[in-house]
Amino acid sequence: MKATWWKISAVILLIYTVIGGLLFWVPRLAIVNETIRNLYFHVPMWFGMISLFGASSWYAIKYLRNPRVEHDIYSVQFAHVGFAYGMLGIFTGMLWAQYAWGTWWHGDPKQNGAAITLLLYSAFFVLRASIENEDQRARLSAIYNIFAFVAMIPLLFVIPRMQDSLHPGSGGNPGFNMYDLDNSMRMVFYPACIGWILLGFWIASTRIRIKLIEEKYFG
Amino acid sequence: MKKLLSILVLTIGVVTAFAQQQEPEMADTMRSNGKIYVVVAVILIVLVGLFIYLFAIDKKVRNLEKKIEDNR
Repeated sequence: MKATWWKISAVILLIYTVIGGLLFWVPRLAIVNETIRNLYFHVPMWFGMISLFGASSWYAIKYLRNPRVEHDIYSVQFAHVGFAYGMLGIFTGMLWAQYAWGTWWHGDPKQNGAAITLLLYSAFFVLRASIENEDQRARLSAIYNIFAFVAMIPLLFVIPRMQDSLHPGSGGNPGFNMYDLDNSMRMVFYPACIGWILLGFWIASTRIRIKLIEEKYFG
Repeated sequence: MKKLLSILVLTIGVVTAFAQQQEPEMADTMRSNGKIYVVVAVILIVLVGLFIYLFAIDKKVRNLEKKIEDNR
């Protein structure tokens, strides 16, 4: 937790993302035009959210195997930052949809799936807040956490691909077919994803450390 | 002659229309006059500022952890 190399890599990768993302060549496509650059900022939010929710349910499983309060703290704080990433993902997506599709909320399968995912995780926080007994709260929310993560996968990756959708990567086309035309975007896209994910884990680790101190003194 | 000229004009018209279709509009003006660098610089200032802030919070937490260690 004290090592700083990965925090410094997050800084370097994100500075590179902004410079490369705004200045490097991108394909000239109709409708999306210059907004194709949103790929470097909107999509990594979801990748970050999935990684953080993944870490969250990993610690939920760890808690169920070995009920230590630290596992519960890790699990909840990862979920918090993941939720923040998801909100940023949905707002950036709405803004992009307004320009590319013509409405803020298109009711697209991908958009609805993302919204349901966020609602599932809001229910996670509501569940936690409604249980007073600490052990019970940790155990029940750990179980629900695993359910929410498993439910997220079909909502984001299966259902949107089975229906027609305006969103790239949906309606049968796997992944980023639309952008696969050129490798120059991948040169920025992959580092951007890693950078944003690392930033999420950085913020989460700081939250975890604060909570661990709180637990030690006031728990 | 008149026929030939009209064909030529029409061909040029069609060709330019196609060219416009094949070249979707991008922020080329912003790139050519260098204003894009202003945007990049502003975003970088905000980003680096937030990173410094995050490192400062990190340091505060570390100091707190150290204080707790020493008090034991």
